Amino acid sequence: MNVPPGGPVLECSGIGKSFGDHAVVTGLGFSVAPGETYGLLGPNGAGKTTTISMIAGLLEPDVGEIRLAGEPMSPDATHTKRLVGLVPQDLAIYPDLDATENLEFFGQLQGMKGAELERRVAEVLDIIELTDRADDRTEHYSGGMKRRLNIGVGLLHRPALLILDEPTVGVDPQSRNAILDSVERLGEEGMAVLYTTHYMEEAERLCDRIGIIDQGKLIAEGTQADLVRIVGQRDRLTLTATGSLAATAAALGELEAVDDAGVAGEEIVLIVDRAHEHLPQILEIAGRTGSMVKSVDVDSADLESVFLKLTGRALRE
Amino acid sequence: MGAAWTIARKDLKQRLRDRSAYIIGIVAPLGLALVFGFVLNPLSGFEFEGRYAVADLDRGPVSRIFVENVLGGAEGIEVIEVDTVAEAEELVDTEVSPLGGTEGTETADAAIIFPAGFSADVQSERPVTIDVIGNQGSETEAGIAVAIVEGYASELTSVRIAVATVENLVGTEVDRLATGVEVLATPNPVTVRDDTASTKQLDGVTFYAAGMAIFFLFFTVQSGITGLLEERRTGTMSRLLSSPISRTSVLGGKMLSAFLVGLVSMLVLFVATTFAVDADWGPPLGVALLVLAAIVAAIGIVSIIAGFARSEEQATAFGSMVGMVLGFLGGTFFDVSQAGGLLASLRFLSPHGWFMQGLADLRSDDLAVVVVPVLAMLGFGLVTGAVGISRLRKGLRP
Repeated sequence: MNVPPGGPVLECSGIGKSFGDHAVVTGLGFSVAPGETYGLLGPNGAGKTTTISMIAGLLEPDVGEIRLAGEPMSPDATHTKRLVGLVPQDLAIYPDLDATENLEFFGQLQGMKGAELERRVAEVLDIIELTDRADDRTEHYSGGMKRRLNIGVGLLHRPALLILDEPTVGVDPQSRNAILDSVERLGEEGMAVLYTTHYMEEAERLCDRIGIIDQGKLIAEGTQADLVRIVGQRDRLTLTATGSLAATAAALGELEAVDDAGVAGEEIVLIVDRAHEHLPQILEIAGRTGSMVKSVDVDSADLESVFLKLTGRALRE
Repeated sequence: MGAAWTIARKDLKQRLRDRSAYIIGIVAPLGLALVFGFVLNPLSGFEFEGRYAVADLDRGPVSRIFVENVLGGAEGIEVIEVDTVAEAEELVDTEVSPLGGTEGTETADAAIIFPAGFSADVQSERPVTIDVIGNQGSETEAGIAVAIVEGYASELTSVRIAVATVENLVGTEVDRLATGVEVLATPNPVTVRDDTASTKQLDGVTFYAAGMAIFFLFFTVQSGITGLLEERRTGTMSRLLSSPISRTSVLGGKMLSAFLVGLVSMLVLFVATTFAVDADWGPPLGVALLVLAAIVAAIGIVSIIAGFARSEEQATAFGSMVGMVLGFLGGTFFDVSQAGGLLASLRFLSPHGWFMQGLADLRSDDLAVVVVPVLAMLGFGLVTGAVGISRLRKGLRP
């Protein structure tokens, strides 16, 4: 099945999914073009995994339509599933098989066989830099090696759309960098990539376009520059503090210069007009409302600022 | 079918690398079969051997038939003929050693004494006596000697009655001795085949070999089916379901691997117990039909458990519980068919019971006897399997 020229690889229109009374995804719509890396950015529980489960044909949407290369996708659309390579958040590999056996098994399920399969397995092992350890059982691999193999399985059959669901969760910085490098290369090679993450740095580095998802809804979409424009010429000011963070954030939110204020862990994140000018006043209010500030960071607006601006909450809440 | 076979092959490769699969499928049932077979049933390999001294003071035709045909033709009996009663008594008059053995070089387990004139007395219908003197240290062998002699005495009585009946019918006297001897020496033309339940029993080694094999079959098959739940737990299920294969192929692959693992396990146990400990499972074709039906039943029952279980752990716990109950109910640890009453009837609520019954019935060497047990086990498998597979299919999700 080939992707029609000029058309999107993936097109989601008004898809929704509920579990019982709980609506997890509502009226979601976006598309991904060939060679494009599209990021779905949102906090944990935003509906990212449910969305990609529907796109990969694991779940049936309650409403809306998903098309891959113009063909409808559903759990029974076995033919359309050939277009998708899924890299689940969990390490979906067999620990008692070696890397070659894992790749061969999933390749066979994709209909690959013989010399073609053998050749492609060798290529993928090279891409994920596991050729030297190809015959070792994966239970003996490091976390990063397992993650790389997890991605390799998704790449094996050269899918039109590669879906990566938070592929760097629980990965050490070195392996994380290696994974991001390989995703960058895939985009350069013309593969469409749908990348979900709650790390804004990853979305900023990898994605041509980003959809911000919160509580099952797509609340903004565009390039990073488009999205930052929503915030305007504001600064993101982060106070690392202890004490009554919520009370402080509420008090700071009342200031005219502060557009939005939210709490994420031990941090109070503010979107502030000319942060340096208002810093003394902000620190005074923090002290008065019961927070002891340990450090202050001022950055120019980024995706986290956008999320805070749009939802009133920090991305990592 | 291609995708199902690919999944089954992958599962088999994993099982071959899993030591616990060997333990559950082969080592445990084989070990327990041997332990139960030999420890709980030590007489399973018993062969009778007896040495009897005979003092035939008569040397007439009736006593000679006993010595030459009855005792001489019996397997495991050695006859020592002596000339006098004293010699016979000496052979059995041994003192029991405190260590349990007997003293003296040549001994007999019992002495049988035919008095002089025995044959003539039989012919003239005078009362006759055959003395049996048992050795103090050979109660079992001596008891068997008494039983053999009593059997011969009964036969003599029968012949006497038969001859008298003939005389009454023809109205003339016949040569009683010659006729009687002729009758005694003629092999019995009627063979009575004992088809009562007691003859349709498996010997100890075979009983425990088959019992442990079917008992552990449920555990062997269980790990194959619950592999579906394991794939969900480990995350590989989402990858299977996102592949361009049907859900039926995923299910079919698991069922196929469970079937093949069960089959290999039963085959290994059949061959190992047959050659290693002389277990006699019966005609291979009949056994094969019973084994195949038992595997279908096991897959069906395990499927329904896995279908209703919420997790792999729950499925394993319920499966083990059900396997134990069905195993005990079906008489895999002790022969409940001999218990009679409700317990004997309840065994037919378990595929294990049908399997054991089928093997016992196969002692008759008539293959037709396995039809009912095979159909019963297939019934178990198909009914539970239909519900279980439907539930498992619905539950196929990432």
